[in-house]
Amino acid sequence: MITAGVDCGAKNVKVVVLEDGEVRGKALVLAGMDTGAAAAEALRRALQAARIGRDRVARIVATGAGREESRLSDAAVTEVGADARAMAHLAPAVRTVIDVGAEEGRAIRVDGAGRVVDFAINEKCAAGAGAFTEAMARALEVPIEELGELSMKSTQAIPMNAQCAVFAESEVVGLVHKKTPKPDMARAIHDAIADRITSMARRVGIEERIALVGGVARNVGFVRSLREDLQTDLVLFPDPEFVGAIGAALVAADTAAG
Amino acid sequence: MTTTTHRTESLQLWNKAKELRLRYYENYARAHERGGIRWAGGAWTLDAIPRGLGDDVWSITSEPYAASIAFDRPFSLRCLEATEKAGYARDLCSYMRNYWGGILLDEYAFPAFSKTWPTPDFIFQDHICCSHAKWYQVVSDLEGGVPYYCVDVATGPAIEADGEEFRYVPMAPHAVEYVVAQCLEAIDWMEKLTGRPYQDELLRRAIFNHMRSTSTWARICELQKARPAPLDEKTMYSLYVHGTLGKASQWCADFYDELYAEVKDRVDRGIAAVPTERVRVMSDTQPPWGFLKVFRYLEQYGCVSIGSLYTFGLIGQWEIKEDGTWGPRTCPVSIDALPADREGMLAEYIRFEINKPEWQHFYHPKLKSALMIRIARDWGLDGIMLHYNRGCEGLSLGIAENRLALQKAGYRVMTFEGNMGDEREFDEARTMARIDAFMETLDLKKQRV
Repeated sequence: MITAGVDCGAKNVKVVVLEDGEVRGKALVLAGMDTGAAAAEALRRALQAARIGRDRVARIVATGAGREESRLSDAAVTEVGADARAMAHLAPAVRTVIDVGAEEGRAIRVDGAGRVVDFAINEKCAAGAGAFTEAMARALEVPIEELGELSMKSTQAIPMNAQCAVFAESEVVGLVHKKTPKPDMARAIHDAIADRITSMARRVGIEERIALVGGVARNVGFVRSLREDLQTDLVLFPDPEFVGAIGAALVAADTAAG
Repeated sequence: MTTTTHRTESLQLWNKAKELRLRYYENYARAHERGGIRWAGGAWTLDAIPRGLGDDVWSITSEPYAASIAFDRPFSLRCLEATEKAGYARDLCSYMRNYWGGILLDEYAFPAFSKTWPTPDFIFQDHICCSHAKWYQVVSDLEGGVPYYCVDVATGPAIEADGEEFRYVPMAPHAVEYVVAQCLEAIDWMEKLTGRPYQDELLRRAIFNHMRSTSTWARICELQKARPAPLDEKTMYSLYVHGTLGKASQWCADFYDELYAEVKDRVDRGIAAVPTERVRVMSDTQPPWGFLKVFRYLEQYGCVSIGSLYTFGLIGQWEIKEDGTWGPRTCPVSIDALPADREGMLAEYIRFEINKPEWQHFYHPKLKSALMIRIARDWGLDGIMLHYNRGCEGLSLGIAENRLALQKAGYRVMTFEGNMGDEREFDEARTMARIDAFMETLDLKKQRV
């Protein structure tokens, strides 16, 4: 059976086309101001990559903050539910999923069979989400893609106490004025976001193994900081930003099969 | 999944409930025009006591009044900003800040009855939490030194809990004497202050009405065990409020009798608050008053919030029955069952009142956990939504521990951050998104009826 999952995130729309549990095609499109149009374009590209016609897709399920705007989906599932379902398929031994997207960080305890045991979401603040790293990269005048590698060259840990992306920027400016080396500032940024995420994950109860998903999982500096905070290894995926879309496509297959 | 649709209909007493509430605020505002007395105090205060001064003595209770301000978001924002401008910290109790703001602005939340804030003649309050202990000290200062009397009611927990089990502990005689002595002194103080002779028979009637109101409200809450639930929590907020306004009044006790009859009739006829009811939850603490739509949102999933320890136990009085169930506290069959002497009737009043469920967590969160688990089991709940209420330190005290206890007892628990009286601390979109995820964990999807 062929299904599709559409993850309408705050920044990007990700689409996965799945055939019998295997990813056949995927695409990522900037969400922009028209999420519905972005979702349609992402689906078109994913189908093209999979060399599959739209008429062969049995069911489409949307997830993500903009899931209600996806006009092409048959049903919707929350990001929390999509992650839990994806984990049962990708790494059933995982019991805690940490999902850090552009504007939201989540910690989800799962049962390995696709069900959510408990969850927590960051509160009213970007300091536990990808937007935080983007803002800090701008403050450091470093491309976001290079921020992770830069932090790996750090030689000292510097505490950052800011609870908010806006005030953290002031803190970074203060560090710049103190002539703090850029790698150390980059590490401080990742340590700060990792602290927030770890604290949230502890609220739902951390149970190993722990998976990190979402676009921020591509940031090696953040991964290191989170590993150090959690004092354990993390399960990572080659395309961490597509995990939610995979979960949605799996839900589509589950529900299409009745 | 098949959607069961229950019959539903409007509450017949709805308009009367609204009229009574408005009349309360009108009576307070216009008391002086009618030669009466105005007094202010909290919704938890021992409000039977000032009633001994006469039938023309009108009160304004601070928390429901502040909640009314919070419901009017533009006015609330002006009140909050006025307190901040006056130098009060933004993280103080938001009810308190709304209330103070109204005084600072010299505006009444019900301008049809008074354009300006109707200053009370005296303040009669009790210390239920740190904020309440200081609230009226500031009010008295802001109002130019309005006389203020406060009763300390910290006499120890009324229940003992061991895990999910709990039992009531009779109030120690010296504790009763301690509170009664303060009440006797308060009566002398009121007599001197107002120049009115105190009437014990009016006090006796007020105590009896208090017992009627609080017992009957618990009986109404008990009816929420029915499937489908006859009331939803949003409606319960509009009905429990009468107890917070005047639980010792004849009008409140009589209204609750009428309400009980109607709700019982709804149960007998299977009338639902939420026609699609499939799943039942409860909430906790005061809601974000400006965003009660949260409870309507649940209905799209076929989910009804049947109440909370807050709605059940702030006004309702309960007891352990002989068969071990937790039920409405037995009300004396008639006023004649109460002692005729002042000290004796006050002792009965204190023993009846100082054990309300919503008071117990101030002593230890495990007491609240035991009560919440009892509600979850006996009212047949599927989950619990906890409001991490940043506007009330008192009722949020220990709430994270309550969450763990409820989870340990096998319940799914969702938390959301907010503030009962400061809309700036509530994120509507995120809360709804969180509810979506929680409903999914309860195997619910949005439905159309």
